[in-house]
Amino acid sequence: MSAVVPRGFTVDRNDGRKVLPGNLHTNRKLLHWLDFSQPDLVRVFTGKVELGQGILTALSIVAADELDLGLEQVRIITASTLEGPDEGMTSSSISVQDSGSAIRHACAEVRFLAIQRAAVMHGISVNDVHIDGGSFSGPTGLVLGDYWQFLKGVNLDREYEGLSNPKPASQLKLHGRGKVQRIDLPDKVLGQARFIHDLRLPGMRHGRVLRTPSVSAQLTNAQQPVPASVLEQWSKLSVRCVVDGRFIGITAANERDADAALALLRQQVSWTETGSLPDMHGLADFLRNAPHETNYPIQKGDGLGVGEGVSLARDYLKPYIAHASIGLCCALAQWDGQCLQVWTHSQGIQNLRDDLTKALDLTREAIVMRHVEGAGCYGHNGADDVAFDAALLAMAHPGEPVRVVWSRADELSQAPLGSAHLVSLRARLTDDGRISHWHHELWANGYSSRPGRAMVPTLLGASQRANGQPIPLAINPPLAAGGGSDRNAVPGYSFENTHAVNHRLTVMPIRTSAMRALGAFANVFAIESFMDELAHLSGQDPLQFRQLHMTDPRSLAVLDAVVNRSTWWHQQREEGVGHGLAWARYKNTSAWCAVLARVQASETLRVLNLDVAVDVGRVVDLDGVINQTEGGALQGMSWTLKEAVQFDRTRITTQSWADYPILRFSEVPELNIHVLDQPDQPSLGAGESVQGPVAAALGNALFNALGVRVRQLPLSQDHILQALNEPA
Amino acid sequence: MQSFKITINSKQIAVDLPEKTALLSMLRNELGLSGPKLGCGEGECGACMVLVNGKPQTSCNLPLWAVQGQEVTTLEGLGQDGRPHALQQAFMEENAGQCGYCLSGILISASALLRQIPLPTRAQICQALDTHLCRCGAHERIIRAVQRAAKTEGLP
Repeated sequence: MSAVVPRGFTVDRNDGRKVLPGNLHTNRKLLHWLDFSQPDLVRVFTGKVELGQGILTALSIVAADELDLGLEQVRIITASTLEGPDEGMTSSSISVQDSGSAIRHACAEVRFLAIQRAAVMHGISVNDVHIDGGSFSGPTGLVLGDYWQFLKGVNLDREYEGLSNPKPASQLKLHGRGKVQRIDLPDKVLGQARFIHDLRLPGMRHGRVLRTPSVSAQLTNAQQPVPASVLEQWSKLSVRCVVDGRFIGITAANERDADAALALLRQQVSWTETGSLPDMHGLADFLRNAPHETNYPIQKGDGLGVGEGVSLARDYLKPYIAHASIGLCCALAQWDGQCLQVWTHSQGIQNLRDDLTKALDLTREAIVMRHVEGAGCYGHNGADDVAFDAALLAMAHPGEPVRVVWSRADELSQAPLGSAHLVSLRARLTDDGRISHWHHELWANGYSSRPGRAMVPTLLGASQRANGQPIPLAINPPLAAGGGSDRNAVPGYSFENTHAVNHRLTVMPIRTSAMRALGAFANVFAIESFMDELAHLSGQDPLQFRQLHMTDPRSLAVLDAVVNRSTWWHQQREEGVGHGLAWARYKNTSAWCAVLARVQASETLRVLNLDVAVDVGRVVDLDGVINQTEGGALQGMSWTLKEAVQFDRTRITTQSWADYPILRFSEVPELNIHVLDQPDQPSLGAGESVQGPVAAALGNALFNALGVRVRQLPLSQDHILQALNEPA
Repeated sequence: MQSFKITINSKQIAVDLPEKTALLSMLRNELGLSGPKLGCGEGECGACMVLVNGKPQTSCNLPLWAVQGQEVTTLEGLGQDGRPHALQQAFMEENAGQCGYCLSGILISASALLRQIPLPTRAQICQALDTHLCRCGAHERIIRAVQRAAKTEGLP
């Protein structure tokens, strides 16, 4: 078996080849992206996947506009290992940048090749060929033909050469305009089978896995974990059991038998557990004192030590939070003795395939992966783990497809979590109220243990097999890819002296991985809360205090926009009502976002308004950007006000929605989203810019209303009361 | 095993299943429906909501004996004469969703609301949908879509 090389977080563009736009660089042929072999239809391939973010719609707009086709003539084909480009993960809000840019350029090239062919065939100049709705016409308006005719003689098995530039923004008809109907939503609204949960293969068996009750739990009877009497009972019911180390799975011909068998397993299998988890109520101490390694995202000018010369020092804490998808993790797999087929809602079928090769000792060629839509995941949840579960069970049942679904309890307590995260900030103010020194220090686990990036698989089930190796420590993407726990640890302000220190824990008692916005959520919450505290300390207006330290025109513009367009920001505040603001540029290199919050506060917090302005460069799908921003704001609000995973010293005790409340309809504030279109600027991802600013704007509004500062998330009744009772 | 006769989306069906079988399990496994979704199995998220005699009820924890002889409507049965329900139309027009997993249940509860209150206020919509969880944060546009449907004439 050939060793699979771990995948990086970014594509190395200095590989000696000519640098091509987006993911054309790694998938250089036109046929990786486009296929005109079906009549009146262009198939556009992407390695990116639909997670509910609307990417299939956005990429279709890119192709339709560049080719001068109607959207109905474009069929976007999502990731599989059978055809189309390998684009690694769908994560980090870079799909429009990387896949969109590749599709845009590939379409421009194919468009040019078709025009060239039309010109030659009709003996006219390429400048005299016009395309509209896919129809080619000559100088007199004479219809010449269409793509499907002119591309017949053109072999797309050729590398992209850059023969023609993509269109200027002024010629794009669908970009940034009005509301384009989402491609995937009609099926979901009409109840058509579209989710992976709706995929039913003939002869399919239903699989379930009994998860260990805690991460270090060992089987009390490793020799025979499942009593012989139970196995005998099952043999009459066609229930089959697969035991491999601490991995105990069952399959049954029907789903109810599988559920009943799992319930029986839960009663019959006995575990020996030891307490290995930190104290939930002492998270800050745990993070600060745990073994770690350190990097320095920025070291500009002089440092600022503890004590002398520090005007203000504050700590901010974020707990572990869960992805908490509404859907359950699900996968199907089928093994025919040579080839493993996997149907998965993973965010990265290629990365997952790499880990499956390591875990199952197969070659890449022996595994076929297909993406099928699942419910929103918001990062690395159990989607990859369940695919391994299905694969392992399928390999025990050659010829029979196996479908595995997790339970709600597994969803909340077995999947990776977003790390707890402590930020300690200190600053020095000059006599005239400017920040001269800034020091940001943070402690957190890594924010990625996605598959495909280590020598060892990061799949839960693989780690629990008899020969399994422990799941490697979560790591951080490099700063060039936006960083992980240190994402947005560098403030978006021009202080003379700025230092940031990132301590990544080298122990991982609770499994952590990528969750939307990674470290940016906690870092921006801390930075923008601290800016407010410094403004207050020095008696300055929070908005002006920020502007005083800002130089980047687009940062200033997004903040101006949200303030100027707000209908309530300038109004007199009522009693008990508070206003707060915050902003950030996601990853310091991506979308700009500013948020205003208006809250009604007593010992609980009611959010009345959230106004958001975003600058994502050129807008592809306007309604898509608004949808992502609305959703990000509400999810960010949910994290901020309500969410914390609970655990004792042994187990994660968050097992149901009752243990993990999230935002409800009755709590939704009035939302206003302003999109600053920049048609001549590169497009930037819209999915993750808003969560951090929302958290800080809410904390700042709470302070504005009550005069108390809550530095520990969530901004729950308990934490508000605790802060109210603290001596000032 | 017990015999059940239930009207599902205006069609009477007869099945022999264990008494405690959850309605959702039968809808998805025996009838092969895809509309109602399993989200928690504990009646806490609303993804599996169906109408029982016109009233929204979670189907993941509803045993078949409780719907013996009753009328059940799933997302698939909301429209009429092959046309989508006004709510389904409005949800498509508003792009009212992100991943869409919660929408089936939400559409069911919203349809019951509009039957009871043809022109609901925002607060009434939020109240009617408050048992439903949406993790993507599509709440605002879902509310908008319900309002849009309410204004549509000729609601079934």
